[in-house]
Amino acid sequence: MAETVLACTDLRKTYDDLVAVDDVSFTIGAGETYGLLGPNGAGKTTTISMVAGLLEKDGGTAVVAGNEITTRSTSAKAAIGLVPQDLAIYPDLTARENLRFFGKLYGIGDGLNARVDEVLDVIELSDRADDQTKEYSGGMKRRLNIGLGLLHRPELLILDEPTVGVDPQSRNAILENVERLGDEGMAVLYTTHYMEEAERLCDRIGIIDEGRIIAEGTRRELVSLVGGRDRIHVETSGDTSSVVASVTALDDVESCSSAGSVLEVVAVNASRALPEVVLAVTRAGLDVQSVDVSEPDLETVFLHLTGKALRE
Amino acid sequence: MRNAITIAAKDLKERLRDRSAIILAVVVPLGLAFIMNLTLGPITEQAFSTGVAVSDDDGGAVAQGFTSVLEEIEEDGFIDVTVAESEADARIRVADDDVSTAYLVPEGFSDAVSGNQPASIVVVGNPDQPIGAQVGKAIADGYVSEVNAVRLSVATAIALGADDLAGLASAATLQSSPVTLGAGETEGRGFDFSTFYATGIAVFFLFFTVQFGVLSIIEERESGTMPRLLIAPISKQSILAGKLGASFVMGVVSTAVLWLATTLVMGADWGASLGVVILIVAGVAAAMGLTAAVATIATTAEQAASITAFIVVVFGVLGGTFFPVTRVSGVFEVVSRVTPHFWLMDGFKRLSAGEGVVDILPALGAILAFAVVLGTIGLVRAKDLMRT
Repeated sequence: MAETVLACTDLRKTYDDLVAVDDVSFTIGAGETYGLLGPNGAGKTTTISMVAGLLEKDGGTAVVAGNEITTRSTSAKAAIGLVPQDLAIYPDLTARENLRFFGKLYGIGDGLNARVDEVLDVIELSDRADDQTKEYSGGMKRRLNIGLGLLHRPELLILDEPTVGVDPQSRNAILENVERLGDEGMAVLYTTHYMEEAERLCDRIGIIDEGRIIAEGTRRELVSLVGGRDRIHVETSGDTSSVVASVTALDDVESCSSAGSVLEVVAVNASRALPEVVLAVTRAGLDVQSVDVSEPDLETVFLHLTGKALRE
Repeated sequence: MRNAITIAAKDLKERLRDRSAIILAVVVPLGLAFIMNLTLGPITEQAFSTGVAVSDDDGGAVAQGFTSVLEEIEEDGFIDVTVAESEADARIRVADDDVSTAYLVPEGFSDAVSGNQPASIVVVGNPDQPIGAQVGKAIADGYVSEVNAVRLSVATAIALGADDLAGLASAATLQSSPVTLGAGETEGRGFDFSTFYATGIAVFFLFFTVQFGVLSIIEERESGTMPRLLIAPISKQSILAGKLGASFVMGVVSTAVLWLATTLVMGADWGASLGVVILIVAGVAAAMGLTAAVATIATTAEQAASITAFIVVVFGVLGGTFFPVTRVSGVFEVVSRVTPHFWLMDGFKRLSAGEGVVDILPALGAILAFAVVLGTIGLVRAKDLMRT
């Protein structure tokens, strides 16, 4: 495993009788994108607020790049970049001025101008860099919000629901940016209640509900936790009963059934089984007219684990 | 320190772009000072002068003496004397509002006075110019009193056996003018109109100007930028110092601009520069303390601004920034002294009157006491403001 950048151990936060975060533990390695997936109010923002040193912990530790983070930490926080859920930019300043201001606070010296230009390029705001940000669209502001978080090349970047309220085009641009960060070796903690984002971006996902991480792992590991299998639905030109036995015998196929010209396959891994299934059908002299693959997703997992939908 | 300067510079740049701070800190107070100076200044500050008419139907020595007295007063600029052609002409001038007072000296007046017989000067006052009419009557009263005194003295001298009547008459004419008027400052103000309003308005608006820096702590929280500041590798003290630094610069610069502008354009006399600078700095410190203390009890920037506005207006009135409070007494007198505004105005009044830095030390001490007490409350509770 890559070097551990963030190690959270038994994080706990209570408000009177309400346990907002209940002994949450997880780690993130360098270059890894870790998703905290859960519905609103599950404890995601409280968790990252403690990780970032914005909120006093009632218990547990959060160690970033070897330093424990508390609300009193100063220099240790330099390892963290934060992209808050709410826009955290100054509307009367330009994007360049926003970046330069925070760059100075992070002690970026001689290379500040170059780094600002680089970030502006990454977030695709170079051509509007000297406009006051109050003139920006919502998507542009969101991109700058992210740019401010990664300006000082933090070892850990925390993104708190960065796509909430963003149009599809800007959302896609944000997700592409986050994908690139993981590739560049940055550890990313990404909170979301959008299952699709967690599946697309995250190497590992912690499913959080009512302040507790109730399941953790890769997407596949999480799906397998609930016995989920992929389904392949194949429509052919003739009777499929003759291919049931040969398809069932394939390595990644768990079961197969025929319903006239339709073949229903339950596979352990659809992406590996699909070519073999198609080959078996064509060898039987049938033409494949359509194929539909459906995989169990994290929504299914969350529903299975909690009995409620992610967006409830 | 470097981080505090960075934050202060950012805040100032935002305020300059926003323009609201400039408007409130410089444009509005300067505009008000100019307007008050233009509209109220001539009424309040111009030297008093009123027109009088005199109808001398007598032409004798005593009547001419009265006219001479009037001409002497006219030379001092307090009255403008018109010699009427007749009693009717003098009355018409009053009726036409040309003059405030008409003096009607009847034929035989001088002889009556010389003969120790009853004599009178008729004073016709203009009811539309009551102050001028009062002054006109006072001049006549003064003259008559003096004539009576001289007449009494001469009669007494004769009764005691004096026989040099010509010498007595000569000595009487050598007496000084029986009525004199002198220019004096309006009681209770202590400095001229332009300076009073220049300093009063500067003190009043200073407390609004300074609040911007302190309130920006709450605004950072409301706008969502506070978490980004708090996660930066800087101390909370740096953030606080930056915010207070921006307040300080705003307060000092805006008041200094008002000082310069009112001096150059309105002719205000703020007094010795060193003392003015010391008072401005002390005033800014007191204003920062007040707004910081208020900010800690408010939950939103809007609420803090409202509370500050209320306090500043009340303190401004009590402290004498709108009108002089040096003549008030009782509870009002005591209450006015528990406002920093009162002591700032007291300090500026002394400086304007030509007093030095030593003379403003009591005022300075009171202002700094406000700064320390309120500032301590603000600083102790300020950390609570810096949260997400």
